[in-house]
Amino acid sequence: MHYEAVCKGGASTGYFVYTTRRKRIYKRNSRGLRSQLKDSVPVAGLCPQGAYGVQDSLRSGFTSVKNELLPSHPLELSEKNFQLNQDKVNFSTLRNIQGLHAPLKLQMEYRAARQVMAVRPIDSPFPLTFLFLYSPLSVLMKGASVFQIQRLPFLPSSNLALDTLRGSDECIGFEDILCDPGQSEVMGEPHMMVEYKLGL
Amino acid sequence: MALSTVLETPGAGFNFENAARNVALQGLLDGAQTPKPLKTGTTIAGVVFKDGVVLGADTRATSSEVVADKMCAKIHYISPNIYCCGAGTAADTEKTTDLLSSNLSIFSLNSGRNPRVVMAVNILQDMLYRYHGQIGANLILGGVDCSGNHLYTVGPYGSVNKVPYLAMGSGDLAALGILEDGFKHNLELEEAKELVRSSIHAGIMSDLGSGNNIDICVITKKGVDYIRPYQESEYKDKRNIKYRYRPGTTPVLTEKVIALKLEVVQEAVQKMDTA
Repeated sequence: MHYEAVCKGGASTGYFVYTTRRKRIYKRNSRGLRSQLKDSVPVAGLCPQGAYGVQDSLRSGFTSVKNELLPSHPLELSEKNFQLNQDKVNFSTLRNIQGLHAPLKLQMEYRAARQVMAVRPIDSPFPLTFLFLYSPLSVLMKGASVFQIQRLPFLPSSNLALDTLRGSDECIGFEDILCDPGQSEVMGEPHMMVEYKLGL
Repeated sequence: MALSTVLETPGAGFNFENAARNVALQGLLDGAQTPKPLKTGTTIAGVVFKDGVVLGADTRATSSEVVADKMCAKIHYISPNIYCCGAGTAADTEKTTDLLSSNLSIFSLNSGRNPRVVMAVNILQDMLYRYHGQIGANLILGGVDCSGNHLYTVGPYGSVNKVPYLAMGSGDLAALGILEDGFKHNLELEEAKELVRSSIHAGIMSDLGSGNNIDICVITKKGVDYIRPYQESEYKDKRNIKYRYRPGTTPVLTEKVIALKLEVVQEAVQKMDTA
């Protein structure tokens, strides 16, 4: 999928084109309701979880097609998509009030702050917010791929830039208390995760 | 060798992995109930009076037919000028009010102001609506801020009501009867306290889920007076948490001293390194 947006940069006067290509995501060896980032429709996994590719009856119970296709709890889908839907609503409000440029700029900043898949994982030496405050937008666009904040996929990330952009560093909710990913007891296997991210 | 899997870290927040298991368990157990969450079958009430707000609550927490907590604190602190009574599932009200309190304290640290009651109500409303009633918290928020004295109720689905007097919980019908009869605008402090006390008392008498003591919390511009307990139940028992007796409580009958003879077998001196 191709995104194209043409608009004027904030401080500069030139035009720039912003494109990104979303990679197809194949979930190998993982199951359950994993929604694609853009769709809110659940995608059923085909491979059962557990060692040797067999259903782990002790932990997840007996196999049932219904369990794989339908959410087991009424809140499951709405919680999974909550942040996305909030962002959509906020961006559309922003677009209606301030014009197309406002949500575009913000979305660009979000993408750079997230743990995105990129060709070259490079750790940025400069803090992201510094860049966005003091550099003209056109320079940023050309250099965006270099200055993306990156962490290797199996490492935990505090998502500080994303939190600051969203304003969730001033709020506390259940996602800060329950199931803190920083305290997760399992870690993915580094080699597998990096290969998967790089599409090898 | 076991197949390595690419790990999808579960997102932060609620984890619904056990929901399917619980449904399956309930089907299997076949009549026997899964353990019920601790509910506060409750009577809570609030009244706006001339100088502020009076909140009242009973102190019983039930777990089905058993009284789980006789001195449950149902009036929760939200901010120095806002307190909240909670009815419904005990854990839900506790956690929700804790989160609300944290959010408001972050706000007041950022802005240097005391939060307003409407802010608390809005945060609660958003939070409870997001979870579509799965968080069973019926809350009465009362507080005094720069715009006056306010009393709000927030339901588990996010419904909000702003009223001058209010009762919630399983004993709310009895309490509301007393409040409807006795409420007048611009009550004095003592009248308001007596009104709330009698309404909670009516709730305790008429409802099985409410009982034991009555707590009262008075919020005014000058400050908060949290009286716990305001009225103790007549059926209080004499059991203590700690049983400590003065030395000499048990009388000494006889005393016999035997000297223990020790023989020094070996003596070794080791110098301590005090550098």
